[in-house]
Amino acid sequence: MFVSVGFWAATVRMATPLIFGTIGELICERAGVLNLGIEGIMTFGAMIAWMWVYQGGDLWTAVAVAAGCGAAWGLLHAIFSVYLGLSQHVTGIGITLLASSLSYFSFRLLLPDVSTPPKIQPFESIAIPGLSEIPVLGEALFTQTALTYLALATVPLCWYVLYRTPLGLAVRMVGENPMAAASQGLDVLAIRAGAVCTGSALMSMGGAFLTISVFDAFYFEMINGRGWICIALVIFASWRPGKALFGALLFAAFDALQIRVQQASSTLIPYQFFLMLPYVLSIVALIIMSRKAAYPKALLVPFRRGER
Amino acid sequence: MPSNAVQSPPVLSIRGISKRFGDIEANRDISLTLSAGEVLALLGENGAGKTTLMSILFGHYVADAGSIQVNGRPLPPGSPAAAIGAGIGMVHQHFTLADNLSVLDNVVLGTERLWSPLQRRRKARDRLSALADRFGLTIDPDARIGDLSVGERQRVELLKALYRDARILILDEPTAVLTPQEAEALFQTLAEMVSNGLSIIFISHKLNEVLAIAQRIAVLRHGSVVGEYDRAETSRTELATAMVGRAVASPNRTRMQAGKPILELRAVDLWHNNSRLRQASLTVHQHEVLGIAGVSGNGQTALADLVSGLCVPETGELVVLGRPRGGHTPARMVAAGVGRIPEDRHKAGVVHEMTVSENLVLESYRHPEFSHFGWLRAGRILEHARELMERYDVRGAGPDTRTRSLSGGNMQKLILARVLSRRPPLVLACQPTRGLDVGATAYVHQQILDARGRGSGILLISEDLDELLTLSDRIMVIYQGELSAAVPAEQADRAQLGLLMSGQRTTGQSSGSDHAA
Repeated sequence: MFVSVGFWAATVRMATPLIFGTIGELICERAGVLNLGIEGIMTFGAMIAWMWVYQGGDLWTAVAVAAGCGAAWGLLHAIFSVYLGLSQHVTGIGITLLASSLSYFSFRLLLPDVSTPPKIQPFESIAIPGLSEIPVLGEALFTQTALTYLALATVPLCWYVLYRTPLGLAVRMVGENPMAAASQGLDVLAIRAGAVCTGSALMSMGGAFLTISVFDAFYFEMINGRGWICIALVIFASWRPGKALFGALLFAAFDALQIRVQQASSTLIPYQFFLMLPYVLSIVALIIMSRKAAYPKALLVPFRRGER
Repeated sequence: MPSNAVQSPPVLSIRGISKRFGDIEANRDISLTLSAGEVLALLGENGAGKTTLMSILFGHYVADAGSIQVNGRPLPPGSPAAAIGAGIGMVHQHFTLADNLSVLDNVVLGTERLWSPLQRRRKARDRLSALADRFGLTIDPDARIGDLSVGERQRVELLKALYRDARILILDEPTAVLTPQEAEALFQTLAEMVSNGLSIIFISHKLNEVLAIAQRIAVLRHGSVVGEYDRAETSRTELATAMVGRAVASPNRTRMQAGKPILELRAVDLWHNNSRLRQASLTVHQHEVLGIAGVSGNGQTALADLVSGLCVPETGELVVLGRPRGGHTPARMVAAGVGRIPEDRHKAGVVHEMTVSENLVLESYRHPEFSHFGWLRAGRILEHARELMERYDVRGAGPDTRTRSLSGGNMQKLILARVLSRRPPLVLACQPTRGLDVGATAYVHQQILDARGRGSGILLISEDLDELLTLSDRIMVIYQGELSAAVPAEQADRAQLGLLMSGQRTTGQSSGSDHAA
């Protein structure tokens, strides 16, 4: 099984929304904001991208629209959690509930009495010339859709910005010690809000990938906890982009394995057991990896100006 | 008494600054000027408004009234960026550094254009080393802040300000966390800066420091400037009286004959809450205050938690009133006669959300006096609270007031009332006057000496050498979990204690125990 192209290709494909979501969440948390709105924002991204294409829009514009809507949700989150300094937990859960309900509501409004969701023409996979001819690994990695390549590209980009640019230093500093950033003349609130918007845009693109790249329709509950997994993956990755990519691939590999084992197995073991497998393994990995994780010191701590 | 000695035009002038926080008037119509190359000290008790004033100057707060001019130009309020641009640098009392980042990261933050695609690290590094050399502030630019000592972190804070070409440097209680030697080195650096034309505002509540470094001294009390003095024309007594508003009597320690041992540690090894004790031995006798000096983070937590019953020795012995203790709990230690004045009164001393009367019986609510068959005796508890509040002068609250609304001094009096009214044979006092004003400090000191007079043995853990020298009969220094030999307070001098606090052993002393008191 582990030499089959199908397995590895599926792993990379299934990792894509997790990479978007995990990198997005990582950017938020590096700036000191836990974004529990991720599940809802991914749902909304999935819905809006699909709807855009279904109404005759172009695929790439759909990605841009999803990113824009994600940023808007991020801005809403930031108004409450950053500018007003309210509880990040409550804000995040509220946004998840609002964004997912709004997605289902809009979907039903558009298609009141459809039982099977209508289909669209999704992204097609692009084989990169040369690279895709490398046996197994090349075939798995380089015959993906454009959004997967984009997800893979965000990882080094995120790393470079965080660790090699003044902006990244500012983002890390507001997540470590906002007072230090403020006394160096930086606008802590604007940097945090910017990070939350950027992160949320990426999460939304992760949702969009599901409807306009993997599947060709929007289903209820299709995000299915992927957002929560991303939050666990950020801890697993100790807030580092490279490890986040590894974590996303690992989880996706378990998921791909689960589907194959489930298909191959007899009826002796209930299939729910295999469904559970990736989550159990991710909890185990989480425990092992995150024991000495150095979390951003000011995570969850609101910054209020002029307060003593 | 304004000074006429300085002729050059002011680099900084503060006019009529006022600021309120709710009901508290933190600053009232404050005006000050600062000349080039001058060191101005801002002297005042905790809560006098020194830090508020400087935070307004640096743009952390916006003043309700008043204006600030730097080199004749008005400074826009509420913007640290503008203050930095005008050449003001601030070293905060609580360092504003990110522990997980490197020295260089912390220094260059905010100096580069935010949207620049890359960082010019080599240039920044060269500039930092040049500054470090010029002012004698040696530091490894790639070290992680979390791995640095407190003194080194302060150097980074100074370098941060210098890196941004600060011409006016504000230092908020800079020596609070330093050993005497580190403080001496800081003063030399500051002198170097002044000779380079920088002006310095030095915030402190320590008279000695202020007299050592400042040319002019402005005294703040209850948010107003109550006087400006020239160093040459003033005295300790005059400044102290201006600062407190009345003459303060220092507590009197009479000689006493130490009695039988109350607390003994015998070669205790311990690792608890990131704090370590190594082969620690000490003895506290009746009628005796044993002072433990040391920079925080050198094992004080482990020692205090051990005596409070929060942890047990890994090896060695803990003997309280002649009985070895092992596997004890805090409740048992209280019952055995340990009175505990914890370091952090907010977290470990009182329960904020409970009333004063409830907090007063926290350690004795199971006593038949306060509970019967599992029922609290509310009337008795209330009466007890009234009596103790009267006796220990807890003000600004009634027995039913939530404890969170008490001031620091009154909260500490509440803890003293709870602990000392039971007349415990052993009192563990950790940083008992941290953050208190001069009046409350004198009260706490007197209470500790009174307890000693009644026959208690007191283990006093403090970072304040003046406090230790005032109260202690003998002083030991803790460094990286090891205790030095005990020195009788009469023979102890600050320089020698300071050396021990920074880990240098004086010759002819072993780390063994000295029980002769």
